Amino acid sequence: MRSSTILWLIGFLLLAGVAAPALALAAPPPTPPVAAAGPWWVWPLALFLVTFLIGIVAVLAGVGGGVLFVPIVSGLFPFHLDFVRSAGLLLALAGSLSAGPSLLMSGMASLRLALPFALIGSVFSMVGALVSFQVPADVMQAMLGITIMLIVLLMWRAGKSESYVGDGGKNDRISTALGLAGVYFDPVADRDVDWRVQHTVAGFAAFAIIGLVGGMFGLGAGWANVPALNVLLGVPLKGAVATSNIVMSIVNTSAAWIYIERGAVIPMVVVPSLIGVILGARIGARLLHRLHPVVLRRIVIVVLLLAGSRALLKGFGLWD
Amino acid sequence: MGLEILPVIDDLDSVRPEQQIYARWLAAGLWLSLAILATTFIIYLTGVVPPLVPLAELPKLWGLSAARYVAATGTPTGWRWVELIGRSDVMNLVGIACVALVTPVCFARLVPEFVRQRENTFAAIALMEIWILVLAASGIAA
Repeated sequence: MRSSTILWLIGFLLLAGVAAPALALAAPPPTPPVAAAGPWWVWPLALFLVTFLIGIVAVLAGVGGGVLFVPIVSGLFPFHLDFVRSAGLLLALAGSLSAGPSLLMSGMASLRLALPFALIGSVFSMVGALVSFQVPADVMQAMLGITIMLIVLLMWRAGKSESYVGDGGKNDRISTALGLAGVYFDPVADRDVDWRVQHTVAGFAAFAIIGLVGGMFGLGAGWANVPALNVLLGVPLKGAVATSNIVMSIVNTSAAWIYIERGAVIPMVVVPSLIGVILGARIGARLLHRLHPVVLRRIVIVVLLLAGSRALLKGFGLWD
Repeated sequence: MGLEILPVIDDLDSVRPEQQIYARWLAAGLWLSLAILATTFIIYLTGVVPPLVPLAELPKLWGLSAARYVAATGTPTGWRWVELIGRSDVMNLVGIACVALVTPVCFARLVPEFVRQRENTFAAIALMEIWILVLAASGIAA
């Protein structure tokens, strides 16, 4: 996938954020929430089981838990989207923090590379979280639906193309000044991989948009960070995946504080989700060598397509 | 997304010193946060300490927006949750806040390291990141 395609798709994500409110405001007013049936513990237990499965699938398909969690849980569970978004964000934060030490110590991730882009992402992630509380719930649902559809498109296109492998393209002036270049050892290829950064200004713009969308919907940002680092900035794929985790842990932190500060965190929603995804991810990691990732990635795309459609229809008041 | 708290130490000579420091602080901070989160959640589930919002009431409330939930339950916003830390559900916010504090603490540790290396641009970036996170956590931005 070419860098211009990435920019177009990211631009569409921003457009979705602007266009969807106008469309969704034309929808009928939402019905008041109905109390969930059954004893209270049924829902956290079901949440644990669903997030356990999400954890397995997320690892096998190579996507972040947040991007699956928010559309699926907001579609299947009686929790308000505010609480689902905050749980999705905290889940993505905990996941990226837990992977961080290993990735940094192996040298695969670069803290130096992550810092400038994470700074821009943090600012916009905070703005995204703040804006999200001003937008009506049905509008947020519709925007989430559109965003998920665009992520599906991004994943589908990424799956069809060969990733950029870092051919030692030229640094630009900013990346040279910041010293954004390095080398890491790839144990699978059994060789050192050189990397350097190009299109730094476009990278700042991309991470601003990714931060905004991630903060608004609690989706994490691995789905967009990796193509931005790999295709746009020219970082080899493994370095991009590893550094994406570090960027995500920093960017999600600023939005997480906004959700905590607004009282939008229900521990009974957050903690079972965290435990479920973490345990599921452990099982997923063990199954990784037994299942075909391409097939799973296609399943994830179909699941996201359904969950995104559900969010879209919910947002327009067509399926409550 | 696995829980790999203990770092895999390969060839450390190839890893920059500030990156090693950041990784160690990250691992320690996350361990501590998850331990607190697990402990407070067990306390919450066992009912040893009364919650602010009774568990049986939750299904009537979690479908409300955050603003309406806060109004209906008296859930504190900003840092006022610290005053209600004796309630088992609010107590869980300590662990959650710790997860969100790991990054700013790691950045605070990075600044003197960058200054020592005379990496002033990166020291400034780390300081700006701390400022953004403090702004988000303080509620001033809201």
